[in-house]
Amino acid sequence: MQCPKCHAPMHTYNRNGVQIEQCSGCRGIFLDYGELEALTRVEAQWSQPAPPPAAPQAYPSAPAPAWGAPQHGGHGGHYGGHHRHKSFGHMLFSS
Amino acid sequence: MTTDALPTGLAALVRRAAHPGAQDCSCGVTDTVLADRDDGTVVRHGDTVAKAHAPGTDPEELAVRVSVAAALPDVLLPPLSSASARVHDRTVTLWPYGTPVDPETPEAAPWEAVGALLARLHRAAAPAGLPPMRGPAKAARAVARLGAAGPHPAAAPVLRAWAALPGWARAEAPMPDTTTLCHGDLHLGQLVRRPEPAGPWLLIDVDDLGVGVPAWDLARPAAWYACGLLPPDEWHRFLAAYRRHGGPAVPADGDPWPALDVAARALTVQTAALAIAKSMAAGQPLDEVQQAVIDACDRMGTVPPELARGFAS
Repeated sequence: MQCPKCHAPMHTYNRNGVQIEQCSGCRGIFLDYGELEALTRVEAQWSQPAPPPAAPQAYPSAPAPAWGAPQHGGHGGHYGGHHRHKSFGHMLFSS
Repeated sequence: MTTDALPTGLAALVRRAAHPGAQDCSCGVTDTVLADRDDGTVVRHGDTVAKAHAPGTDPEELAVRVSVAAALPDVLLPPLSSASARVHDRTVTLWPYGTPVDPETPEAAPWEAVGALLARLHRAAAPAGLPPMRGPAKAARAVARLGAAGPHPAAAPVLRAWAALPGWARAEAPMPDTTTLCHGDLHLGQLVRRPEPAGPWLLIDVDDLGVGVPAWDLARPAAWYACGLLPPDEWHRFLAAYRRHGGPAVPADGDPWPALDVAARALTVQTAALAIAKSMAAGQPLDEVQQAVIDACDRMGTVPPELARGFAS
């Protein structure tokens, strides 16, 4: 999809379950029918008190990108850990 | 020029700088070559270090970069002199020696200090005439090196992840930030402390320093963390220190990833591209750490890059 304003390509994002198109050029946002209402609903839920956490976690849940390693949220640092991999040790110190 | 001529010439220069006015050095300290790579050769004599910058370095641009180090002695190791020398057609600058992080104990890395130093750097005013930070140019060079290394089965996902990045992250368009002072090549080898053993940590290496997107300086640790290499507690110590000192690259609280995503992808691609190129040159298979970085590039294909500014709070 192309931006109706500047004609740069638009990319789709998912924000709280709502699909949003954002222009890679002017950063304008396109909402389909009903998406503004969906966002407003999510916002209303957000401002209500949060439910108590389900269970204590071994690690605080750490935000990580969707393309991150699958072990995030668990023990993390699979190759980091106590005995750091030699290759990662080298990676830490080079351009 | 033979390969040994440059370190020899640097050694002569650094000895003269360490003993101004003396005819000969008789201090008994031996010269140490700290680095001898395509992008720089560094020779130490006692408390003094001479660095020959990469061939083709613009002396005027370098002078502006060195002046930033002189102006921010609490953040960057200040030079011994603002003047540069020429040795075997290379621009050479002189610096005091600082003790680096021990590569054998990276778990002792001073992540709080790194976060605080970057926040202070990003909040400092950049002088007029400072060129752009060269992070994206280095990433582009790594990808070009991968392309020149010939076909490799792991190259496709890396090149796909690269192609999905916005032009500024591939050094094909100006960066969206042209005022923030950035280091441009942060890793643990860019930290020294002085004086030994408990002096404050400082950043070194101004070759890629310039104005640009400050998230780039957080993106290498961010990429290591995202790839599952850097343990979460080390990443959080770094990020929390950066935020505590008012670093502007990420929102003060909440999810930092919309602001970090593009740069962290770019550094992941850069690391993967160099890993493949080096493994091909050495005739070695990729190890599990390198494979983890390539796997992350592969997963990027399923999620388009976040456009930070629209969502950064």
